[in-house]
Amino acid sequence: MAKALLQLIKLEFPDAVLETHSQHGDDTVVVEPGAWKAVARFCKEQLAMEMLADLTCVDFLHREPRFDVVAHLHSLSKGQRLRLKARVGDPEGEHAEIESVSELWGSANWAEREAWDMFGVVFTGHPDLRRILTYPEFVGHALRKDYPADRIQPLVPYREVDNIEKLPPFDQHEGMSFGRQTHLASRGDD
Amino acid sequence: MEPLDRDLDASEIELAAEPMLINVGPSHPAMHGTVRVVMELSGETIERCDVQVGYLHRGFEKMCERGTWTQVYPYVDRCNYVSPMLNNVGFSLACEKMLGIEVPERCQWYRMILGELARLSDHLTCDGAMAMELGAFTPFLWMVKARELVWDVMEEETGARLTHSFGRVGGMAAPPTPGFKEHVRAVVDQIRHVMDEVKRLLLGNRIFLDRLEGVGVISVDDAVSLGWTGPALRAAGVAYDVRKSYPYLKYGEVDFDVPVGSASDCYDRFMVRIEEMEQSARIIDQCLERMADDGPINVDDPRVVLPPKDEVYTTIEGTIRHFKIVMEGLKLPAGEVYSYTEGGNGELGFYMVSDGSGTPFRVRIRPPCFYVTGGLERVITGQMVADVVPCFGSLNMIGGECDR
Amino acid sequence: MGELRTPTVQEVLETGQGQGFATTKFEDLLAWAQKYSLFMYPFVTACCGMEFMSVSGPRFDHSRFGAEVPRFTPRQSDLLWVVGTIVQRQAPVLKRIYEQMADPKWVLAFGTCASVGGFYDNYACVAGIDKIIPADVYIPGCPPRPEAVLDGLMLLQDKIQSGDRRPGIVKPRFDPVARPDMGVVQLRRSKHG
Repeated sequence: MAKALLQLIKLEFPDAVLETHSQHGDDTVVVEPGAWKAVARFCKEQLAMEMLADLTCVDFLHREPRFDVVAHLHSLSKGQRLRLKARVGDPEGEHAEIESVSELWGSANWAEREAWDMFGVVFTGHPDLRRILTYPEFVGHALRKDYPADRIQPLVPYREVDNIEKLPPFDQHEGMSFGRQTHLASRGDD
Repeated sequence: MEPLDRDLDASEIELAAEPMLINVGPSHPAMHGTVRVVMELSGETIERCDVQVGYLHRGFEKMCERGTWTQVYPYVDRCNYVSPMLNNVGFSLACEKMLGIEVPERCQWYRMILGELARLSDHLTCDGAMAMELGAFTPFLWMVKARELVWDVMEEETGARLTHSFGRVGGMAAPPTPGFKEHVRAVVDQIRHVMDEVKRLLLGNRIFLDRLEGVGVISVDDAVSLGWTGPALRAAGVAYDVRKSYPYLKYGEVDFDVPVGSASDCYDRFMVRIEEMEQSARIIDQCLERMADDGPINVDDPRVVLPPKDEVYTTIEGTIRHFKIVMEGLKLPAGEVYSYTEGGNGELGFYMVSDGSGTPFRVRIRPPCFYVTGGLERVITGQMVADVVPCFGSLNMIGGECDR
Repeated sequence: MGELRTPTVQEVLETGQGQGFATTKFEDLLAWAQKYSLFMYPFVTACCGMEFMSVSGPRFDHSRFGAEVPRFTPRQSDLLWVVGTIVQRQAPVLKRIYEQMADPKWVLAFGTCASVGGFYDNYACVAGIDKIIPADVYIPGCPPRPEAVLDGLMLLQDKIQSGDRRPGIVKPRFDPVARPDMGVVQLRRSKHG
């Protein structure tokens, strides 16, 4: 049954399907980014995939094309699942564009906003492509592999207190008592 | 639509009568969690609205890419902090699907019991908080009391009240304690009793019912298209429960029903959760019957499970095995997997990409709350302002999971 | 110090103070009143909120300490509970709420994330609310047990009574080293050798 699903898509889109596999039992179709929406529409209308369970991206740094756009489709009526993938973007992360499927499934609206926010993949035709998890002032895309995990972009300036890294200035008599003993002992050595 | 932070000049300070913009959240008692809703009102009816999430985005997926696979557990715990055990089990199953291993039977029953207890805790919290927001404070206190009982079991088993980090790839961190079964039986009985009391308190209450019935209706097609799963979708009449439709662990062998609603309003979503608690109690009863009292809890696979401590301390092989697993992490085979289980709020999926090293390449959690909250806009448009509270409460948005 | 205290029968008999009044300083009286009528603003964001529910629930019940009444407007509250992780996006909100509160005001950092950021050491999170607003009491734990929270509340009450605005941290109930029955042997290093 599962293989039949992949065959159907291959027959319908012989040029667009780049590869298929069923690793761990998850049927996967990799399609040309240009055919993304057409394949998605076919899946929804002909294969009864009523639900877009999830849509996300994976960043393969230094690969051409750089990003995988991954959609998990689910047919409630037939009990089938399918993973659709497309590869977009050049190694610098530019020109990562793909057509939006938000008019097919309502869940794509927020999922695509998140994918754009986190990876910078532009979904053309999306009605409202804003940042969703980070704030509008955020520069860059946080889940890209080349975004350093600890690069913070504060919205409010930090307080002007000496030794802000070591706040609060705990009193000797505060904190864990056994920790305090070692602290005092080391101070005594000095 | 960002009305709050713009600079107003003096002429604009007069409140416009039509349309009126009102902002709720992100720190608001009814928005338990952190969501901001900007509404455009006409009279008291919501004409347009914008739901903004992300006020608890803690970089879960980025943090997962920094450690080993086992080090993901604490983050998974804190994703859905109302039912952490379900997340633990879900992540374990995803890793095991990738490795192609299956845990021993006793562990499967054990995971089911702990998971269903976590589901009880989740639904107790959700329904309790919802009742509290509608002014019924007593049921909330009753339900918190019942939740403490669940957490007592969790604490006995795992050592932590809330964030357990108890799952492991290929088993659990520890076998059940000797008094586990009696403890769980006693707790489930007490919870049933509390639930009877809560039902008597709430379901005869006109005020409570009037605020729920017929409020926040969504069509089946919309719910499916929006990616709703779990109690919210079942309240719309779609009997989709991962435990029934794609049984994992031993859910195929136990007898339980899937409660579905018909009107798809807040009342149905409330009642589906109440009924699911009954079903969870039924599942727990059956699991307790069938769980063996002794037997292995972890798979017998030296690739994934830490050797017993006496072996680590006395033999060089044990030491090396321990060192390799702890320092290098589990070597999950390269590839990708999508594994899904029934979380507290619906289909909890893990899409994971491994490159064969010990560090996750990408861990994507499919958060049920995220998609359910995505539908909030459609639910509350056209409703009255006061209806936002029951609608939001019945969707059970968990900030940690929604924003990750 | 400064506690309003009813004299015992013995004291009354011995000293002859039968009038039923006590003397104290005005500040002490005010502090005494403040510490038992904390109006709280729960700024609940994340996981710790679950423990916060437990603390207000029947088993632990923080209303015993006079800190029961939640005021969901900062203008009427004098104790800000910061419960859970504060992320960069939430930081302006927290700061604005703190600024809206009228003096005197106290801040309680509930949990490791609010205190120092916890293990969310990344682009999204503020590593402790004291980067943005001053905090009075820090309660460690991820999430802290309700007992620790009650300890923190009592510590704050002590601080209010004594007028101490230096930050404090909740200590563990006992020091494992100090308990002989724990069987802990502490290796001590000689100072001079």
